[in-house]
Amino acid sequence: MKLAASDIKFDVEAVRKDFPILSRQVNGQPLVYLDNAATSQTPRQVIDAIVDYYSRYNANIHRGVHSLSQEATDAYEEARLTVQKHFNASQKEEIIFTAGTTHGINLVAHGFTSLLKEGDEVIVSAMEHHSNIVPWQMLCERTGATMKVIPMNKDGVLEMDQYDALLSEKTRLVFVNHVSNALGTVNPIEEIIQKAHAVGAAVLLDGAQAAPHIKADVQALNVDFYVVSAHKMCGPTGVGVLYGKRAWLEKLPPYQGGGEMIETVSFEKTTYAGLPHKFEAGTPNIAGGIAFAAALDYMNGIGFEVIEAYEEELLRYATDQLLQIEGLKIYGQSRKKTAVISFNIGDLHPYDIGTIVDKMGIAVRTGHHCAQPIMDFYGIPGTVRASFSFYNTKEEVDVFVAAVKRAKQMLS
Amino acid sequence: MSNTIQQIQEEIIDEFSMFDDWMQRYEHMIELGKSLPLIDEKYKIQENLIKGCQSKVWVHAEMEDDKVVFTADSDAIITKGIIAILIRVFSNQHPRDIIEADTGFVDEIGLKEHLSPTRANGLVSMIKQLKMYAVAYQTQLN
Repeated sequence: MKLAASDIKFDVEAVRKDFPILSRQVNGQPLVYLDNAATSQTPRQVIDAIVDYYSRYNANIHRGVHSLSQEATDAYEEARLTVQKHFNASQKEEIIFTAGTTHGINLVAHGFTSLLKEGDEVIVSAMEHHSNIVPWQMLCERTGATMKVIPMNKDGVLEMDQYDALLSEKTRLVFVNHVSNALGTVNPIEEIIQKAHAVGAAVLLDGAQAAPHIKADVQALNVDFYVVSAHKMCGPTGVGVLYGKRAWLEKLPPYQGGGEMIETVSFEKTTYAGLPHKFEAGTPNIAGGIAFAAALDYMNGIGFEVIEAYEEELLRYATDQLLQIEGLKIYGQSRKKTAVISFNIGDLHPYDIGTIVDKMGIAVRTGHHCAQPIMDFYGIPGTVRASFSFYNTKEEVDVFVAAVKRAKQMLS
Repeated sequence: MSNTIQQIQEEIIDEFSMFDDWMQRYEHMIELGKSLPLIDEKYKIQENLIKGCQSKVWVHAEMEDDKVVFTADSDAIITKGIIAILIRVFSNQHPRDIIEADTGFVDEIGLKEHLSPTRANGLVSMIKQLKMYAVAYQTQLN
């Protein structure tokens, strides 16, 4: 259910108290953190989960007979159930813990090596992060498959009629981001998935930028693979999740060999463990997985409908304020976008603007945002990107806009 | 006789000590960027780009008598200011002096944050590049 901004009861000041880092100063100024698309900040509840794990029950999982190991195993598997429930996967075996989105994509791309052949085609979009391009290019090099690109228009919206034209019986795989990291565009994933399935192609969605803002239901979407990173949604770095439909995960060979992922090992023959362990070689990031679940609990405690409505309000306010600056141009004008504003002012270099506002305590990202094809499309070296989270405030937007105005004045 | 690297560095430190806050320092740096001896357009090529910068920085070096003369440009104004300061220090100096020069003055003029090797602007890469040219010319002199 979608909430109107007027319906939400959300106490942002109370929420901010959960985040210790938000009270610190940077360059003598209160921190204004607007780089949430790069990594989100961590609430006390998640930090506590990590501290609690290492303070009370740190042990290796899945094999110890002792009590600590059992406690750690239970907590880790409980975390898997939390993730399963959050994304509404039908089985816990479909939830693979990874080191992050990039790891998840590489795992799937590697798995498809034996499933693709020369003449096959895969489809990507023009607005991908490098991590959803390069692993597939490597897959194409290994297999001889060809990569096709769904173009986008000036507003940063995919040209879906072009997508229709690219799809054929040769298409094996489609991989697009749910939300663009550089533009904030929310892509029409339902349509992308339905049309891919109509020609028998599998779909992987890079959910890294969507998951902090939109709760995806993998069964309702009927998506084949969905990958996310914990650190973009209030969790720790170095952890992520790959959701895969069981049938696909059974079909893909293991990615890495090692402990955890085996059933029996001899020098003649090794048999692999079942799902999800087949894809989880080695001791995992146990504390990270547990803390990821704590982050999901935290965000669900606030409610994604509330988060979405509040961030939409913040996005509208920030967009209106920024557009009052003469010469400011926003890249990514999709009607459906998350709270990300990528912009430039006249000929000013994004790096200069980022450097000046940093001196005023404001964290934004500048550069190509690991999405060089998008920058090439617009013919620019990069943008300044302000990305908001539910713990940002309108007052912070005001501080940011004033800082950008100041930077413009200094640099012009 | 022209000033030594040491003298120029002290002059720059003096200049920057007049400012009370970062904003004035940055405004001064932006001004200095405008005085940068610009690189000839024909040298604005891939090979003259310094790697490790978020903005583009081109540097060209030539030997005049026994001194290295640098010209440069950047597409970002602050970067231009930084490279202008470096060129003021290192240009028209003997390669041996450039190689041996200490660059601690950058810290003293309040640009310490730009010195971190992981910083995207690549001040460290710029210094390294200027010194590399000096090494190359020194080898020719030997």
